[in-house]
Order: sequence, then structure tokens, then C-alpha cells
Amino acid sequence: MDLPQKPSRRTLLKGAAALAATPVTGFPAVHAAEPVTLRYLGTAVNQSADIAKKVKEDLGITLEYIPVVTDEVTKRAVTQPNSFDLIDTEYFSLKKILPSGNLQGMDAKRIKLADKISSVFTKGEVAGKKIGDQGTAPKKVFYLEGIDSKKFAGEQTQWISLIPTVYNADTLGIRPDLIKMPVTSWKELLNPAFKGKASILNIPSIGIMDAAMVVEATGDYTYGDKGNMTKPEIDRTIKVLIEAKRAGQFRAFWQDFNESVNLMASGETVIQSMWSPAVTKVRAQGVPCTYQPLKEGYRAWASGFGIPKTLSGRKLDAAYDFINWFLSGWAGAYLNRQGYYSAVLETAQANMQPYEWAFWMEGRPAEKDILGPDGTLIEKGGATRDGGSFDARMGAVACWNAVMDENTYMVRKWNEFIAA
Amino acid sequence: MSDLALPAAAAANTAAPTVAARPRGRALAYLQAAPLALVFLVFLVVPLVLTGIVSLWEYNEYEIIPALTLQNYADVFDGCLSADLCTTVRTYLSTVKFVALTLAITLPLGFAIAYFLAFHIRSGTVRMGLFLLCTIPFWTSNVIRMISWIPLLGRNGLVNDTLRTLGLIREPIEGLLYSDFAVVLAFVHLDTVFMIVPIFNSLARIDRRLIEAARDGGASGAQILWNVILPLAKPGIAIGTIFVTTLVMGDFVTVGVMGGQQIASVGKVIQVQMSYLQFPAAAANAVVLLAAVLLMILGLTRMIDLRREL
Repeated sequence: MDLPQKPSRRTLLKGAAALAATPVTGFPAVHAAEPVTLRYLGTAVNQSADIAKKVKEDLGITLEYIPVVTDEVTKRAVTQPNSFDLIDTEYFSLKKILPSGNLQGMDAKRIKLADKISSVFTKGEVAGKKIGDQGTAPKKVFYLEGIDSKKFAGEQTQWISLIPTVYNADTLGIRPDLIKMPVTSWKELLNPAFKGKASILNIPSIGIMDAAMVVEATGDYTYGDKGNMTKPEIDRTIKVLIEAKRAGQFRAFWQDFNESVNLMASGETVIQSMWSPAVTKVRAQGVPCTYQPLKEGYRAWASGFGIPKTLSGRKLDAAYDFINWFLSGWAGAYLNRQGYYSAVLETAQANMQPYEWAFWMEGRPAEKDILGPDGTLIEKGGATRDGGSFDARMGAVACWNAVMDENTYMVRKWNEFIAA
Repeated sequence: MSDLALPAAAAANTAAPTVAARPRGRALAYLQAAPLALVFLVFLVVPLVLTGIVSLWEYNEYEIIPALTLQNYADVFDGCLSADLCTTVRTYLSTVKFVALTLAITLPLGFAIAYFLAFHIRSGTVRMGLFLLCTIPFWTSNVIRMISWIPLLGRNGLVNDTLRTLGLIREPIEGLLYSDFAVVLAFVHLDTVFMIVPIFNSLARIDRRLIEAARDGGASGAQILWNVILPLAKPGIAIGTIFVTTLVMGDFVTVGVMGGQQIASVGKVIQVQMSYLQFPAAAANAVVLLAAVLLMILGLTRMIDLRREL
């Protein structure tokens, strides 16, 4: 987004009254006059000090991060809706949060770039091509029937549940230096060749999806919807996991980002479910690690901003201003440089160097060294991003992180797997 | 619960002979006990009762419904009547195994350290100094102390590397990390001090003249240890055992981190259910856990009459 003027905080404070009176075409200056603090509930992944600093400079809004794990975000949203002003949560959590009535629909008319949000969310398409929608695909939960609605709308409406922050397509991470064979399928996760050196994540709703990808890859069974299994399907999947566990396939399970990085970097595991930035982090330690594209496709996830029902007045305005700012490019470029994808690609592109865009989004070899947002070297010139371009990767999504109808049963069975 | 109430009960016992006769004195005693009783009521009894109530409620993904049901308990013991062990029994067996292993190591270890501190260090200052030394690990968090083991025990960790360099092993020992061994090791590391403190406390209070008398009576060192010191250290041992038992029973972080999240623990089951907003199911599990721990403590207090010993 183009700012006509970028007033520093000091000039804003000086002439706050005057500025407030003049119509400002960019971001409202009123926040600087009397600082607003937004309590931002989300996972640590998206809560960067740089973003908080930048938004303070640009809008005068102070972000107060409340970093918790994904499940905790949901729990807070359901049980303590007054403890935050802005929520950054995953789309699949909406199935639990929205019926509690604690979120308000976001007015698409107040989101300046609402039309530019990636078609992954609005239509479930990439480059005009339909992508897999098993599980809680964002398009299924993107629109609401009304501002106060507890129901998802089937078609496009004015009310949006969450405005996307980041999304990505997950696959298996491998240690190419320790695995001496090509890995092309999810089924390799349970290949006895990697006995005692495999790992899966111990977050039931995601772990079972990875397991389902494996089951389908072996050709044993094809699910109606991997993200919404029936009880017999859950039983079947857990049985496969228990057999593998008893045979000593797994070295450990992981639950958070750092655990997965440590397992991989230390060589405890050579193949495991992984998140893209975790792979980047392992590589940053000088350890070879590949985010291996697999022929069955990816398990995707997406998170976004939501607003609690209780938010109103100046804080509500500030929340909309922040979200508009977030979509306007700087933050998007920042996130793209971490290997995530941002909601509005055009504005992010405008904030990235052409060679960066070519590397991260078009899957082309890096023209020069690729640096992370903090300036660390991520890839040397000539490297290509795993999984190729945005279109290739998001286009190959097989399913989305989900909450199943049989969630309670699934969690019980998962506990059985851990106890086996 | 009974152990928590003990100090108050013991205090009442000693106070009884002098004030029991006068009703005003009795009122005063109740008044004195009131603050503690109130604290227990608010922070122990009320939450426990609430947990019990919630465990009988229905729930779905996003709300708990105040309608009585026994389904949560049925779920906890689902499949337990069949031939194959059910999840709950498996989990408890695994947890009890860790309690037993941890006790088997921390008890002799803690006793030995406490004995050394109490009887072999003559200077009071040095004794207190060494005693405080035992508490230094508590200056950092549990998790950090656990995580510090990982680089040591890993497949390419310090221990395996050293053994390989020395030519003692060819292939790394896999069982060092993410195994029962690692879990017990961490428990011993974390919990031994809870054994040392109460046992040291008991030992420090033993009248040295009793030991002299035993020696004068011709008892050998082993006899003194077995017939004099050990019986007098029983309350400390019992309290230490209760500490360690309850700590291990409820711990899921240690089991998770050191066991590579692969080993079931009761606490972990509860945590997973909480994170999926299945509060009533978690409450039912918590009630079962509480009952199990209380049973174990009841067994302990049967063996040792703590009230008499203190």
C-alpha cells in the first residue's frame, strides 16, 4: 500500500489535534494521539518483535503479545473471551470457537484489501485450479451468515470469520545426509528401514492426519475425508500407528517447534512430520534438512485474525487498522521471507526484492544469497526452495488441518496409542 | 489430603492437655486454626468439589453441559473388562512403575545423603552449608534441568561419544534417551531432594544419647542403624515417600520430555483432554488419579502412624 505521507510518531504527537481534524487518507493518526494497546492472543510463531515495532512506528498501536500454544488459543477463546483484543488462530479451531459465540464476524467492507485475499481462502483455488478440501479447508469456514452468526455461510458474504495471516503446506522433513535413498511418498514414514529414527507430532488432531496420509500412501485404504474420519476409520488409523510404535519405529514424538528442530538437528530422527520454518532452522544450524515434497501432496494449515465479540469503539477501530496494515505488504513480505505465505500476495510482492520473490514464491533458483527477516543467511545463491513455487505447493494440497466430528473419540484413541 | 491436614492436627494434639478443659480456650484454638482451615477450604476443598461435580457433566467441543452423567467415568474405564489391558490400566501401571523405580533409588540415596549430613558432618555451619547445596538445583526450572540431560544422553550425545572414543561400544546405545531409563534418571535427579529434606529433619532430631546408649549397650553400627536410627527416621521416610509418590504420579512433563512423548502418564492424558476442551473427561480422570494417590498414601499411613511419630 502506498502511503501519501509517513508521519513519524513525534510529529504526530506534536500536531495530533490538527492531524486528527484533517482527513487522512492513509492510516488514521488518531491512535497516536492517545495510544491504543491491543492484546494479541496467538502462537509464538506469528508474534514477532519486528512486527510489533513496525506497527508501533506506523500506527502508534502497541501490540501486547500473549504467546500460547494452538490448543491454548482455542481454550482461551472459548473460556476467557475478555482476555484478548485480537486473536490469531487456525481456521480449524473455528469449529470449536465460533459456536461459543465469542467471535464477531469481520466486516469485509472495512477490510480494504478483502478482494485481494488469496483465492486459497475465498474459493479454495490456486491459479484457477481447485485444491484439496478434505478436513477443515478455510473456504468452508471463511464466511459467516452475519456479524453475530454462529454458523458458517456456504457462499460469499460480507462477514468473514478470520482474516488470513499465514498459511502453508506441510510435508515430511528428512535428513538427506542420513537417508541414503530417495523419499517420494508419505509411506516412508513407517518404512522399517528408518526403525527407531522416525517421529510424528503428538498433537492428536494433526498427528492423525499425517498418519492418514501414510495409510493412504500405502494403498491400504482410502478415506472419505481424512479430516473427518468415522469411528472405524479412526480405529484403523490408530491401529497402524500402534503397530508401528510397538515395532519400535518411532524415536520420539514432538509437540512443539523446538522439539522437532532438536530431534532433527541432533540426528535422533531422520524422517518426521515437520513444519517449514523448523526445517529452515535446522538448516540455519548447518545441518542438511529437506522439506521433502511427496507425491500424495501436502497437509495444509492456515491461521488468521479474529475479533472477539466484546471489542468495540476505539479498540475495534484499532484492530481493523492493524489488520489493514497487516495486509498492506510489509508484514506479508516479512512472513514470506520466513517461508510462510501471506494473505495478500500482491502487496507482499511490492515489498520484496524481485530475486526474493522469485526464490520464495516462484520456485526459481536464488540469484543471490537469501537472507531471513533477521538478516541470517538462509540459502546460498543458486539454491531452490523445496516444493517449488507457491502454485506448485499450494496447488498440491491434499487435506487441511481439521477438527473431526468424532474428535472426542479420536483423542481417546490417540491416548491409547500413546499408552500402547 | 490427610497428610496436608497433619500439621494442624499435630498442633491441636500438643495444645489439647492445657486448654481443652476451658471452653473459651477451645474457641481460641478454633480461631487460631481458622485461617489455615479457610485457606484449605478455598484452595483445596472447593476446587476438589468442583472437579468432582464437573466430572459428572456432559460436554461437547465448546461447552460443558450441567447434566448428570456417568459417561466420563465409563470412558475412563472403557474396555477395562476385556482381556486386553485398557488405556487407563496401562497408563496407571506405567505410572506406578515409575513411582516404584524412583522410590527404590531416591529412598536409599536420600537416606544416605541425609545420614551423612546429620551424623558425619560435625560442624553445624558446614552441615547447613552442605544442606543448602542440595537445594541449588532448585534455582533453575525443572524443565531446564531435564533438557540439560538431552545433549548428554542422545544418540550422538556426550556419553555415547565418549564410550565410542574409548572403544567400549561400536553402535550408540539407543536406550539412554527417550526411554524408561531417561525418565527414571530425571525423576531421581529432580526428586531426591524431597527425600533428603524430611529424612534429614528426622535424623537431626534424634537424641544423640540414644545412639551412645546403644553403643554402650554393645550394639554394632549396623544394629544401631537398623534398630535405633531407622525407626526414628520413619516419619521422615514416610513424608519423603509421600512427596515423591505424589510428585511422580502427577508429573507429565518429565515423562514427556525424557520419554520422548511416547510414554503414557496420567497427567498427560488429563493435559491432552484439557487442551481439547474436554474438561469433564479430564475432571473424571483427575478424580480417579486423586483416588489412586489417596489409596497409596492411606497404605503408607497404615504402615507408619505419622501422627504418633511426629
